[in-house]
Amino acid sequence: MTKPLVAIRSVAKNFGEFQALRSVSLDVWPGEVMCLIGASGSGKTTLLRCINQLAAIDAGGIWLDGELLGVREQGGRLHRLSEREIGRQRLKTGMVFQRFNLFPHKTALENVTEGPLQVQGRKSDEVRAEALELLRRVGLSAKADAYPAQLSGGQQQRVAIARALAMKPMLMLFDEPTSALDPELVGEVLAVMKELAKSGMTMMVVTHELGFAREVADRVVYMDQGAIVEQGRASDVLGTPREERTKAFLSAVI
Amino acid sequence: MKPEPALAEGFPDLSGMQIAREPHWFRWLSAALITLVLAAIARAFANGQIEWSYVSRFLTAKVILEGIVNTMVMAVLAMALGIFLGIVVAIMRLSPNPVLKTVAAGYTWLFRGTPLILQLLLWFNLALVFPTIGIPGLWSARAVDVMTPFLAALLGLGINQGAYTSEVMRAGMLSVDIGQYEAAQAIGMGRLRALRRIVLPQAMRVVIPPLGNEFIGMVKATSLASVIQYPELLHNAENIYYANSRVIELLIVAGLWYLLVVSILTPLQMLLERRFARGTLQLSR
Repeated sequence: MTKPLVAIRSVAKNFGEFQALRSVSLDVWPGEVMCLIGASGSGKTTLLRCINQLAAIDAGGIWLDGELLGVREQGGRLHRLSEREIGRQRLKTGMVFQRFNLFPHKTALENVTEGPLQVQGRKSDEVRAEALELLRRVGLSAKADAYPAQLSGGQQQRVAIARALAMKPMLMLFDEPTSALDPELVGEVLAVMKELAKSGMTMMVVTHELGFAREVADRVVYMDQGAIVEQGRASDVLGTPREERTKAFLSAVI
Repeated sequence: MKPEPALAEGFPDLSGMQIAREPHWFRWLSAALITLVLAAIARAFANGQIEWSYVSRFLTAKVILEGIVNTMVMAVLAMALGIFLGIVVAIMRLSPNPVLKTVAAGYTWLFRGTPLILQLLLWFNLALVFPTIGIPGLWSARAVDVMTPFLAALLGLGINQGAYTSEVMRAGMLSVDIGQYEAAQAIGMGRLRALRRIVLPQAMRVVIPPLGNEFIGMVKATSLASVIQYPELLHNAENIYYANSRVIELLIVAGLWYLLVVSILTPLQMLLERRFARGTLQLSR
């Protein structure tokens, strides 16, 4: 019996008075491509950040690859993990940010090799070869020695994807990867993500690109006010939504 | 298709006409005035009671050269100590640990809040408080022997500088986008590694101009160490004029050396700035 790669159970997260997530439960299966849609403030980005532990959850639990994230159960109580252990858990996920967040003082190649060299302590020629192969895969072989400021937004985001892949994650998290891009650059990033999906990578994608969701996603999850409202096959949720809130959102977006 | 509408009359073609040079009367006038004032000052000094031959004779005197070497050694070492302390204290100040935070704030408060010359005198006279210093059972020595003018000046200048540098460093770190910390964390880096590899190199670009300022300040602040007998430039110049009474001549000698050193430092700073500007589009100079 296969187990879910990510199991989210009754997760809640508050920012002061604001409830960003209210008792969210969800499974993500190995090889699945899941698109999270919803208005801004609906909690979809927060959910990704909790899985990557950039935000600590206030209640509930998230298991990744069978391992409880961020805390350890001992004597009926939960103890926070050390920064080092959290860092080790983060290596199982790769994160792609809305605003790329490439390291501006490092070249495209150095951005990709930074994690494997510095964090994983791997050998430099082997890492370099892998990084060049990843840059080729995202179509940027010619830009290996360019600095981020010399690249277009679409190229920067593709480097960011290569940087995340360099850590050989089990799960890729995409936080609105095309929202900061000029319209004509969106396609090149989505193409790289489609190729990645085809290769069997498990992906969670927060996106407003419904066309991408329809084409690539195995499952679409619609969130509103910190809760999952509706989920199912992309054609069902996007084509024949059951919930009124989903219908209202979709008619506002399209 | 409609024909092009005809252009209205009365607006002649100006292409091909040159822009006339402006006379800039005020520039000429101000230049003339400044030249007059400078000439008057030069004449006053030339006729004043200054023996310029002493200036040229002592400019390269051995004692003066030793003084400038000592000044530079002290400035570099004290600045290095200041930058080291500054980085450590800035990291403490930005850490989530309230104890470290308070200690860092207290350090900055104490050493920025008292005059540098007073701190130098306190370090130099430490022996009055602790006649012997050391680690109980391991090592001990008389404080007078340990606290030489060199060490007192280094501690006084360096620790004081650290308090100022920590604020410069903190500003630099705060200038780095929060997304850079998150991206570093997302590839598994801990806080300190993210600071060292990602945040500090980017902060350096921002902090070099103010640090250059601080270093120039440090070169001149070493002259305060003359009060605790450290043989730097001003101290040695003073020793000479105590003997030959050529006060102004030797002060001019010292002043010329300080000016020369500071003039050399400015282009060095530009080189450093270029080194840390990697990957950023250069602003127009």
